[in-house]
Parts: sequence; C-alpha cells; structure tokens
Amino acid sequence: MSVDLSLLEAAGMLRDGRVSSVELTEAALARIQAENPALNAFVRLDAAGALAAARASDARRARGEARGVLDGVPLAVKDNLLTEGVETTACSRILRGFTPPVDATVVRRLKDAGAPLLGKLNMDEFAMGSSNESSAYGPVRNPWDVTRSSGGSSGGSAAAVAARLCFGALGSDTGGSIRQPAALTGTVGLKPTWGRVSRFGLIAFASSLDQVGPMARTVADCAALLQVMAGPDAQDATAAPVQVPDYSASLGRGVAGLKVGVPREYFLPGMDPEVEGSVRAALRAYEQLGATLVDVSLPHTKYALATYYLVATAEASSNLARFDGVRYGVRAQDVKGLRELYVRSRSEGFGPEVKRRIMLGTFALSSGHYDAYYARAQKVRALIRRDFEEAFRTVDVVACPTSPVPAFPLGAQQDPLQTYLLDVFTLPCNLAGIPGLSLPCGKTSGGLPVGLQLLGRPWDEAGLLSAAHAFERAHPFTEAPRARG
Amino acid sequence: MALTPEQVAHVAALARLELTPEEASLYGAQLSAILEAAALLEELDVSGVEPVGAALAPAPAMRPDEPVPSLPAEQGLANAPARVGTAFAVPKILE
Repeated sequence: MSVDLSLLEAAGMLRDGRVSSVELTEAALARIQAENPALNAFVRLDAAGALAAARASDARRARGEARGVLDGVPLAVKDNLLTEGVETTACSRILRGFTPPVDATVVRRLKDAGAPLLGKLNMDEFAMGSSNESSAYGPVRNPWDVTRSSGGSSGGSAAAVAARLCFGALGSDTGGSIRQPAALTGTVGLKPTWGRVSRFGLIAFASSLDQVGPMARTVADCAALLQVMAGPDAQDATAAPVQVPDYSASLGRGVAGLKVGVPREYFLPGMDPEVEGSVRAALRAYEQLGATLVDVSLPHTKYALATYYLVATAEASSNLARFDGVRYGVRAQDVKGLRELYVRSRSEGFGPEVKRRIMLGTFALSSGHYDAYYARAQKVRALIRRDFEEAFRTVDVVACPTSPVPAFPLGAQQDPLQTYLLDVFTLPCNLAGIPGLSLPCGKTSGGLPVGLQLLGRPWDEAGLLSAAHAFERAHPFTEAPRARG
Repeated sequence: MALTPEQVAHVAALARLELTPEEASLYGAQLSAILEAAALLEELDVSGVEPVGAALAPAPAMRPDEPVPSLPAEQGLANAPARVGTAFAVPKILE
C-alpha cells in the first residue's frame, strides 16, 4: 500500500507518474481515519486543505512545473507550529480555539515546497513532557504497543510517522522531544544545531534550547526535509547566516576512517540491559563498517539534568507569561479586575506539568535566588558545552543511547523527578546547542524499538546524517508496527 | 532546600497562578525535591566560568532595515476574547 512507502519512495513514484498527490493524500487520510482513534497521534485534521494542496501539486506536475522532492508528499506538523487558518493549541486548554493569522516559517517552507499538510500532531502541553501524557487531548499511544507511551513531547509526530499516517513530520526538541519519541517508536528524528532552523511561529518553550526538526522513517527522508527547513529567515534573528549544504549529496560518504566517540558517562548501571545491548551492537557495526571507536569522557554529564531544569523552566516561566487571557486563547469569565483575569485565565488554562514548571522557573529567577540557581546553571552549561568541544577535538561524532529505556507503560511515570531522568541522554545536546539524531538500531525481546543517538559538531548535520545513513544501509529498519494491546 | 508554604504562595503570586491547597502542598513538595536535586550543582567550582547563551553562529543574522507592512489590525484582533473597535478589551484597571 502506498502509505508504506518512505517519503523519498513516494516522491519517486510521483515523479514517475505512477501515483498522484491526491491518491497519496487520500490514502494517508484513510489510514488516519482507520488508525488514529487507537493512537491519538493527530489532534486535528485539515483534509480539505491537504486535498486542495494535493490537487494543486498534481496540476503543477502535469504542467511540468513540479517544485522538488517534497512536492505532493503529504506531511504533518506538531501542534506547536503555527498554521494559518488551522487551529493551533500546543495541546493546551489555554489556546483552545486559537487560529493563527500566519504560518510558522518552517510550515510556510513545506507548503512552498508543495507538500500537502494533513493536520496537527499531538504533543505534551507546550512541549513539556517525555511521555505525551500532559497533552490536553490525552496521551498518544505507541503503535508498537498501544498500552505504552510514544514518548514525548513530539509523541504524535513520532507515532504518526511510525504508523504510516504521514510520510514525514515536524517536531520540536528542547531537551530530547524529537529524539526520545523517535527512539521509542522506531523512527528517525533530527534536532538541528541551535540556529540552523527558523523558530518564527514555533510556540516558545525555552528559547535558548528550542529547535524544530524533521522526523521520518529513513535518514534520507530526514535529509530531504531538513534541506527545505534549514537556513536564515528574515523573521527570526536567531536563524543563523550559516551555509546550508546539500544534505542528500552527503549521504553516500560511508564511515571508513570516521572516529566515533563512545562517552563512558552514557552507559549507566540502571539502564535497560537490552537497550545497552542493542546500542553496543550498533557500535560494533560501525567498527565493521570501517569506523574507529574512541573512548571519550563528557565529565559534566551528571550535571545536565539539574542545569536543564533550571534553565528551561526559567525561560518557560518568562515565555508563558504571554498567556494572560488578553489577546488570544481562553479568557476566564466573570472576573473582577485585570489581575484576576490573568490569574484565573492561567490557572484554569494551564495543566499541572506546565504550572509546576512555571513555578520552578519563577522561583529560579526570583529575587534572592537568581544567582544560586539560574546564574549558576548558565555557568555549568558552559562546562557542558566545553566537554563536547573537547571530545570533538578527537572524534567526528559521539554515539550513545537515545533513551535509557524502551517505550514504558502509560501511567507509569508518577514522580516528576523520576520522569525527568528519562531525558538524561538527550538534554546535554540541547544545553550545548549541537545537533543530535536518533535512529532505530534494533528491538528488545519484547518487540520494542531501541534508538541509537548520534551527536555532532555545531552545524554538522551533514556529518550526522551521513554516519546515520551508513548504519541504516547496513542494518535497515523497515518493519512496520502492528499495534498490539 | 525545602520551600515553606509562604514561599510557595509567593512564587504562585509572582507567576499569576492561583493554587488550590492540594496543589500548593503537592507542588511545594515536588519543587523542594527538584531543588534538592539541583543542589548537586553547588559542588562545582564555577568561579571564573563565563555563562553561555545559546548562539553558536560566528556572526549575527542581519537584514536590511526596510519597513514592511505589519499584520492588519483585523487579523491581529481575530483571536481576541473581547474587543472594542481596534483594541483588546480588558476589565477596568482604575476605579
């Protein structure tokens, strides 16, 4: 069936005239209708908009004016990316009914490339979570086992890609929110270098950490998506004026002579032994492909979790101050004054995890505590970045597990501190600003996917994609999930 | 460090959040545990370390300083919970 094709296979069939964009889009919509009730990956469909874009794409192609590989390939985006005329809520009650007047730049670029956008994907509220359970729309269910979490916060994006509901998706990653759900669903997810991709129209969580990135079923698909997304943007001064290479052209390079760093701090006694086994096997596979494994140390890794939770929540408390019931979103009724309007709109609109993080961030920034918490965390962050700079003097990429555990049962995470520990392997990458990618490297005996994480030098997404592609070519992960429960 | 109920109330007020007694006690305990874990950072000597921000780019992004049209008022107001003419309506701030 056509929805089982990879993004580039679908693009190839469009190019050869063997399928139309309308056919692909209708097949995807039918698949969503059949599978989404069990998965809850999509929170909103735009069937009319997607089909109109598909018809326009087919008409362009008939005229010989097809725009590029994405033209006509149906995709979907996380619900924290603004879509003009299509409700966007970041899966929070406080933004219920919010219909953006503009597209996020990345959304605009996908549309300009000709991709029909099927709808909006479920996520943890304001991207705060690792299990997708903080969504106002309920959790996403993992296509490999519907009693388990898809991971988060881009859980809807990951599940939709894994279950073949779309050919590729956009996610966002502040502390692992693309890579961890990719690992838990057997998909490929890339967090680009901070500054590689515009955040205009991304609903901000923690601005010094947030990046938008591609999620798909193959490394080459991610490369094709990043090609369209990357590069400066007049509407986002943080999208850096750095040359964007041809990502697809860099894929065939192989890994002969590549130095792969293995950080000893990323193999912890408490981690799942089957995850460790899969990742160690993947490292041996790199050796067999001609790469050299190098033992490296990232000594400040154990400080990343505390650093992240102070920096990210501080920035979140500031970013989320804009949700006050005045200009958009839900406003509390029957309030007596402006202050009560703010307090009641926010208290009724935000969920528990968001309130908890706003509280923590407000405390970390408050008078008398700023130096001890926020300022100190920003300095520790410098040490974490220095660890990577040091490692990349001797190695080309760093390879490690994406998540210490495979997909966990829904409802299993009760204590916030324990939940935050799920992100220990993904947080340092965001704090350092470097690119990171997760790709499937095997399955547990229980049939759950395991993710291998590759971390690279700033701006070297091409190197990461190339190293990931070499592994994928030797060990393709093509199995589709059959949802069980 | 353990947060006192007064500190929890103060932080909630700064954050413009109203907590039920149950929420205040739950968040108080959870934030205390998180801050206790964050005390790990105190064992590091960070004297002389310059804090870093996010940017890695060698040069800032610049664009020509050319005026472009803003969002039309009607579009900007389209999501307003309440409006008066071309303004967002809010409760009186002066009695």
